[in-house]
Amino acid sequence: MSREIALKKRRHESFGDQMVSIVCYIVFGICAVLCLYPFYYMFINTISANDLSSRGVILFWPQGVHLKNYSSALGIDGLFQAAKISLMRTILGTFGTVSASAFLGFMFSQDKMWHRKVWYRLVIATMYFNAGIIPWFLVMKNMHLTNNFWGYILPMVVSPFHIVLTKTFVESIPKELQEAAEIDGAGILTIFFKVMIPVIKPIMATVAIFAAVNQWNAFQDTLLLVTDTKLYPLQFVLYQYLNQASSLSALANTSSSSSLAAAAATTQTATSIRMTITIIVVLPIMCVYPFFQKYFVKGIMVGAVKG
Amino acid sequence: MLSKIDKKKWYSIKLFLYVLPFLVLVLLFSYYPLYGWLYAFYDYRPPRPFSEAEFVGLKWFKSLVENPVKISQLLQVLKNTFVMSGITLGTSWLPMLFAVFLNEIRCIPFRKFVQTVTTLPNFISWVLVYSLAFSLFNSTGMVNTLLLNLGVIKEPVLFLQSSEHVWLTQWLWLTWKNLGWAAIMYIAAISSIDDELFQAAKVDGATRMQMIRYITIPSLLPTFFVLLMMNIGNFLSNGMEQYYVFQNAFNKDYIQVLDLYVYNLAMGSGSYSVSVALSMLKSVVSVILLIGANAVSKMTRGESFL
Repeated sequence: MSREIALKKRRHESFGDQMVSIVCYIVFGICAVLCLYPFYYMFINTISANDLSSRGVILFWPQGVHLKNYSSALGIDGLFQAAKISLMRTILGTFGTVSASAFLGFMFSQDKMWHRKVWYRLVIATMYFNAGIIPWFLVMKNMHLTNNFWGYILPMVVSPFHIVLTKTFVESIPKELQEAAEIDGAGILTIFFKVMIPVIKPIMATVAIFAAVNQWNAFQDTLLLVTDTKLYPLQFVLYQYLNQASSLSALANTSSSSSLAAAAATTQTATSIRMTITIIVVLPIMCVYPFFQKYFVKGIMVGAVKG
Repeated sequence: MLSKIDKKKWYSIKLFLYVLPFLVLVLLFSYYPLYGWLYAFYDYRPPRPFSEAEFVGLKWFKSLVENPVKISQLLQVLKNTFVMSGITLGTSWLPMLFAVFLNEIRCIPFRKFVQTVTTLPNFISWVLVYSLAFSLFNSTGMVNTLLLNLGVIKEPVLFLQSSEHVWLTQWLWLTWKNLGWAAIMYIAAISSIDDELFQAAKVDGATRMQMIRYITIPSLLPTFFVLLMMNIGNFLSNGMEQYYVFQNAFNKDYIQVLDLYVYNLAMGSGSYSVSVALSMLKSVVSVILLIGANAVSKMTRGESFL
């Protein structure tokens, strides 16, 4: 009898647990679709016939597949130049941030440095306050960093968050490693380049990923500092296209005007240009992200332990 | 002996000299702008150099509230900021819930997939988010096409050019972008909970919901609390990028948060000094909030997060 009750109870519980489980699967399935579908929607529209995509009838699968949008993307006004700027700032900016973070993370772990704590705090404090964008803009202007490519790079070089990450990592390495090198007569720079860098490579990879995504996505600094169209990165060019499209569609009567614009299946339309640029800008992140996810997660964890 | 001390001293200074160039960068880009707060007390008009500007005292601070039009504009901006930050703060338990229930999924590949997919939006810029939003919600976008086909609406609805539900939709976009990433911190915290607790609870016949209620959530509360305090410190700083890309003539009244207003004041209408005055007030209040939150944290939990 009692065994029966226990059995019944167990079955009852597992029913409740099953319900929890089913609801979880459904809810998270929906979450995944909500996060993925917008990208998929954009993609199928860029490879579909342009007259269909600008009428908005491509919803679930591509129709009239062609790759003309991508092959003619290079011809879009200013896009090639923008891609060059985006790439340059991502490469140079990442290099700068990674080297500076590694070097400073290492140096700030040196107890012997003159007033080390003061300098370290001076750097870390900048995480918590901000003069505001306008004073920053005026200062950049005084230093002739407006309309200047280096205005994208220099302010990003010293990044307190990444220094904290590296310093925490360096401190987890046994002190003996450095002491042994010191006994062998190595100077501080030799120790950094020959001994430290090989050991802290994992955290440098993490910082590199963060910095690269930041640089690739940066938009606000262009908005504030740059009026020279030659220096616009992809993000900004995309924003301009969006802005035009948005004001056009606000003029209403859009369905007729857009069908007028869409003459043939492979002629570029406002919609196709907009979507193609979006996919081009998203693609590097989509490709890089799944492989490097563990680095991102590691980064946020180390940062959370010691802020 | 003396020379040994000198050598030591010289070594420690040498170490400092190596980091000096970087300290100069920090001073230039993070501390020197603080000097720009002076603009708030001068009558600065950009083409003319700052040295010729006239000292005007608190004129610009007073001008923020000098007539009813400006007062009502400022109040609207503050309302937008407070409501949007308020919604974010009020729903800051969502990532925790997300992590807790994601952890209940036993099928590991599915869990990994959901985690990867939902964190992806965090790594695309607001411009791209806006581009996706625009494609889905413009008059020929997916949503309008679908609703027209289903016969729910007769005319395309201009979702993004509407002044209705701006706060809610902005919160939805923010959540879409951040939820998965914010949950990662909690997911890691869950994996560090001692498994014996769950085993013991299972032996005692606890259901999943009971285990969540009595084990998982209590062990996540410290993390939740720290993040909540940090959110309070950022109450006035929603950032401007999101609102800047989504703003247009129709939703401007409701989307203009403090950060965006500061930008629009300076770049839109050229009132640099007023804008600096406002952002200065904002920074001071923010620092007070941060220190206050830290003090609360110290008092209630005996731990500071700064």
